[in-house]
Amino acid sequence: MVDNQFLETMFVTFKLAGITTIILLFIGISLGYYLAFTKNRFKPVFEAIISMPLVLPPSVLGFYLLITFSPNSWFGNFIEENLGLRLVFSFEGLVIASVIFSLPFMVQPIQNGFSSLPKNMILASYTLGKGELETLYRVMLPNIKPSILTAVIITFAHTIGEFGVVLMIGGNIDGETRVASIAIYDEVEALNYSVANQYAITLFIISFIILLFVYIVNRKFLKSQF
Amino acid sequence: MIELNFEKTLQGSNGKLLLQISEKIENRTFLTLFGESGSGKSTILNILAGISKPDKGEIIVDGQIWFSSKQKIDLPPQKRNIGFVFQDYSLFPNMSIEENLLYALGRGDKSDVEKILKITELSDLKNVKPKNLSGGQKQRVALARAVVRKPKLLLLDEPLSALDFVMRKKLQDELILIHKEFGVTTILVSHDISEIYKLATDILQIQNGKVIKRGSPSEIFGKSKNKGLKFIGEIVEILEDSYLILVGHEIIEIHNMQNSYSVGDQVTISTNTFLLGDCKISNI
Repeated sequence: MVDNQFLETMFVTFKLAGITTIILLFIGISLGYYLAFTKNRFKPVFEAIISMPLVLPPSVLGFYLLITFSPNSWFGNFIEENLGLRLVFSFEGLVIASVIFSLPFMVQPIQNGFSSLPKNMILASYTLGKGELETLYRVMLPNIKPSILTAVIITFAHTIGEFGVVLMIGGNIDGETRVASIAIYDEVEALNYSVANQYAITLFIISFIILLFVYIVNRKFLKSQF
Repeated sequence: MIELNFEKTLQGSNGKLLLQISEKIENRTFLTLFGESGSGKSTILNILAGISKPDKGEIIVDGQIWFSSKQKIDLPPQKRNIGFVFQDYSLFPNMSIEENLLYALGRGDKSDVEKILKITELSDLKNVKPKNLSGGQKQRVALARAVVRKPKLLLLDEPLSALDFVMRKKLQDELILIHKEFGVTTILVSHDISEIYKLATDILQIQNGKVIKRGSPSEIFGKSKNKGLKFIGEIVEILEDSYLILVGHEIIEIHNMQNSYSVGDQVTISTNTFLLGDCKISNI
């Protein structure tokens, strides 16, 4: 039986993943572009910072985000006083945390895409009188579509699957911060195996469909262009 | 008129090389940069295009300053009104041939695209994506794309070197046609002497970053002084008592072994006047 709580939890899960992905798409394109072409000697430092969520235990990241977002810290306090937003145990806080922990999943494929573009192709556009922005939109982005698609899908899927950070910073508030991965854990704790299975199988099927879609689209793109 | 006067230190495979150029180029000239690999020819093109920056000096094109280290002016490639053809074509794979040209044209007159497609015999292929073209066709698109917005200066970086002999001849004819049609000042980097003879009105011979000779093709490569014949070729094999030399697309065997050469050497072969009188000329 599909009940309201299940639907609400799935809705929060996909809303979080969707919003996170859209925000990260813009950040990912800007940061990926910068990192692919910068000659800044601190580039490895930036890359290391962005990649931290890949290697850091999610609970470590969640712990520090919890400390930072808490109304007792100056940052949490500043946000709460000026924007009226409490970032711990709220949906907004979850979005910010998700943007941080999914950052490398968006930036890395896009950066690799930009780096793999032939340098002369970009120069050709410049010699034809086109500025950086026009070159970015009309030459570079259309030619790294597979990288962008990969980045979007992986980010989306990873945000759906994240557990540790979400648990630390979001808690388990029905309709607000309770997402599917938390719900599975919760239901298993309560020995509601059939409900846990409902969540689990839904995530399982959706993940498979998403990945299948990525591979089919990428294959079509590669065939049409190269 | 293009006035070049600049210096740049290059980091080559054989250590540092000072590129030092001070030349004037008349409008509508077809100039060729000729010289060994690594002598700085491509860098000169890149500097003209604004892709590479000289250490000091200036570049003035029709009175407009493109680069001046004193006045701290360095126009980006976008503002230089050039056409640049790369050796690897560098077409935009996401656009059809017509779209490649329209992108280059920007807000210009669309009938120019039709015209240039016709000149380069690409009209039938205009909706095709670059990946479905042969090397020669790709290079034609690259050429068409570079001239469609009527640049002041056309820069060609060994554009034909990756093509086979027949396609190369055909594209050379097209280059001549385009140069006549648009009257654009053209600078070509090339190693192929027959190509240079066919296309260039003026040659800069570059060695180790300096111009060592300037003149017309016959002034640079030498006319055999009215009586003998002179060829330029490359030693391809050394036999017991003769050299095999590639001249154009023919192998010639020369039995004169007075000097010692090794495979790969560029040599001139000349005949003396006596033999020339006995030469037979016939139709192919």
